[in-house]
Amino acid sequence: MSGFRSHFDHTGGVDFDTAGETLITAETVAEMEELASRYPQKRSALLPMLHLAQSVEGRITPAAIEICARVTGLSPAEVNGVATFYTMYKRKPMGKHHIGVCTTSLCAILGGDEIAAALHEHLGIGNDETTEDGAITLEHIECNAACDYAPVVMVNWEFFDTMTPRKAVELVEKLRHDEVVVSPRGATITSWREAERVLAGFPDGRADEGPAAGPQSLLGLKIAERNGWQAPDPADLPGAAPEEEGK
Amino acid sequence: MTDMLTPVLSANWGDDRAWKLTNYERRGGYGALRAALRQAPADIAGQVKASGLRGRGGAGFPAGVKWSFLPKGNPNPVYLVVNCDESEPGTCKDIPLVMASPHTLLEGIIISSYAVGCHHAFVYIRGEVLHVIRRMQQAVREAYSAGYLGKGILGTDFDLEVTVHAGAGAYICGEETALLDSLEGRRGQPRLKPPFPAVAGLYASPTVINNVETIASVPSIIGNGVDWFTSMGSESSRGMTLYSLSGHVANPGQFEAPMGVTLRQLLDLAGGIRHGHQLKFWTPGGSSLGVLTDQHLDVPLDYDGPAKAGSGLGTKALQCFDETTSAVRACARYVEFYKHESCGKCTPCREGSWWLVQILARLEAGHGEEGDVEKLLDLSDNIAGRSFCALADGTATIVKSMIQHFRSEFEAGLHTPAWELFPYQKTTAWYRPGVAAESGATA
Repeated sequence: MSGFRSHFDHTGGVDFDTAGETLITAETVAEMEELASRYPQKRSALLPMLHLAQSVEGRITPAAIEICARVTGLSPAEVNGVATFYTMYKRKPMGKHHIGVCTTSLCAILGGDEIAAALHEHLGIGNDETTEDGAITLEHIECNAACDYAPVVMVNWEFFDTMTPRKAVELVEKLRHDEVVVSPRGATITSWREAERVLAGFPDGRADEGPAAGPQSLLGLKIAERNGWQAPDPADLPGAAPEEEGK
Repeated sequence: MTDMLTPVLSANWGDDRAWKLTNYERRGGYGALRAALRQAPADIAGQVKASGLRGRGGAGFPAGVKWSFLPKGNPNPVYLVVNCDESEPGTCKDIPLVMASPHTLLEGIIISSYAVGCHHAFVYIRGEVLHVIRRMQQAVREAYSAGYLGKGILGTDFDLEVTVHAGAGAYICGEETALLDSLEGRRGQPRLKPPFPAVAGLYASPTVINNVETIASVPSIIGNGVDWFTSMGSESSRGMTLYSLSGHVANPGQFEAPMGVTLRQLLDLAGGIRHGHQLKFWTPGGSSLGVLTDQHLDVPLDYDGPAKAGSGLGTKALQCFDETTSAVRACARYVEFYKHESCGKCTPCREGSWWLVQILARLEAGHGEEGDVEKLLDLSDNIAGRSFCALADGTATIVKSMIQHFRSEFEAGLHTPAWELFPYQKTTAWYRPGVAAESGATA
């Protein structure tokens, strides 16, 4: 690695803090190669490989960029270009848990702004920052496809629905004290790194935890059941009946 | 007359461990696949076309017609890619579908792949939904073990591989060509069209790319018949679909109904707008297609209704806001979203969304400058239609639509902060009149 330093540190684009040191082992590289074999073209495995790299190192390091480039046959610049495009790839060391507070319009208005403010104040950190004990990284996130459960908080990309400032503060306190925390529509919370490994394509055996659906998802179904409403019976369609009778 | 609600895709969501293969099969799951494999692929594609099934991911393009664009005699393999990058503000139907019943989607993938001659399909799921990805990964493993995937599916000579692929945080990857670039391991930036994916998609091969709900609807069409599907909905908008009601609603949630239901009907089922408040504005199709007001409660929510009213059906993401909400604040947040999610490829979108945010921020703070409202409109006109993809159009549309309906609020931003006109604590889900002061701390 050269000693080049960017004048634009805050962009996260260039980072030589580790100067070639890496936690990525031959075993990880073998897993990256296995990921590459799942696709018709190796390059398609780049996103999963970057998820895997940060599951090992807690962020995307310059060494990880070089290794992903070697496995895919791309240049480090090309890999870097991809790694800096996507918001889930982190250039700064992450906390054990990632807390995402949705502050897109609907969640913000239903209380996401107040939740974010309460967490900033409670944790004493700004956006995209990590607590000194390394437990929590806080980030404002954009719409996470759970608007009927607004306001939404994500912990390591698991849903925590209809949150309030008080519930959010209690949640992070439990996480900081390593208490068992379970998503109401997901599994037992592990860590951001373990979540990243699943996203890379290596299951953790927790798919059967949690419910099939939360109450909001089931609302229409329950109302339909209560009223006896259902889709037409394919054997008795309204339009088809007269035709049958006419025969 | 069909019933008010018609759960088909959501019918099994309340089942115990609905995501498991055995429970899906117990309800007749994979029966449509068995029926499909006894017919010629062209017949399956023909039924999907005849059903009138239109894309449920926002654009509403007829699925069967999209499939028919695949070129004949192209030597490259055909790919099927399922778009589960659900990220449009307000849109929250595909995520619960895959969480509860991944096999509904998977059966649709296998039938659709058979119909279009695909032997390797991909499910691109946004990365920020861990448990949904777990459930889909597991469903695929179960299907391989049961012989629904792999070589010689159910004793036929049809082979299919399915790969579950997690994204990494980029709304733009819901745009189909950006998704394909992302799936190729690139920055997710939209391509210039044509060529369309049907001709040159993934790896420049012929590619069918459809939304989750679209593909998940295919088994019901094959299993119950075209006449069954067309007996629901309206002439231009066949079948049932998932409507997602959110915001200042007494009981938000998912409602599966025939195409053409109205917001008034859905609100009646959901207990109306939260107690003591009235509807101010709502999005029929996510933020990118703009807002409607309480004047539009009876617009049929099919592919024509909202479009005629100046919006669009989009993803049927019905976000409702009551009279406590500042239109300027809502608009500013939506535009923040587009600025954050602009991929940066096209200058009008990248720079224009940045400037819109600056102006909206000062209007929200009551520090607007003379001519700001006109400038917002002028900027919007210079963004819309001048970029590769619809993200730019969505940015411009929400601004123009908000100003069209609530211009005086934007003009008030020249002198009064939005939070003085519309105290922000009143919009929260936990707000109760009289206990406002302590709501934030104790809720």
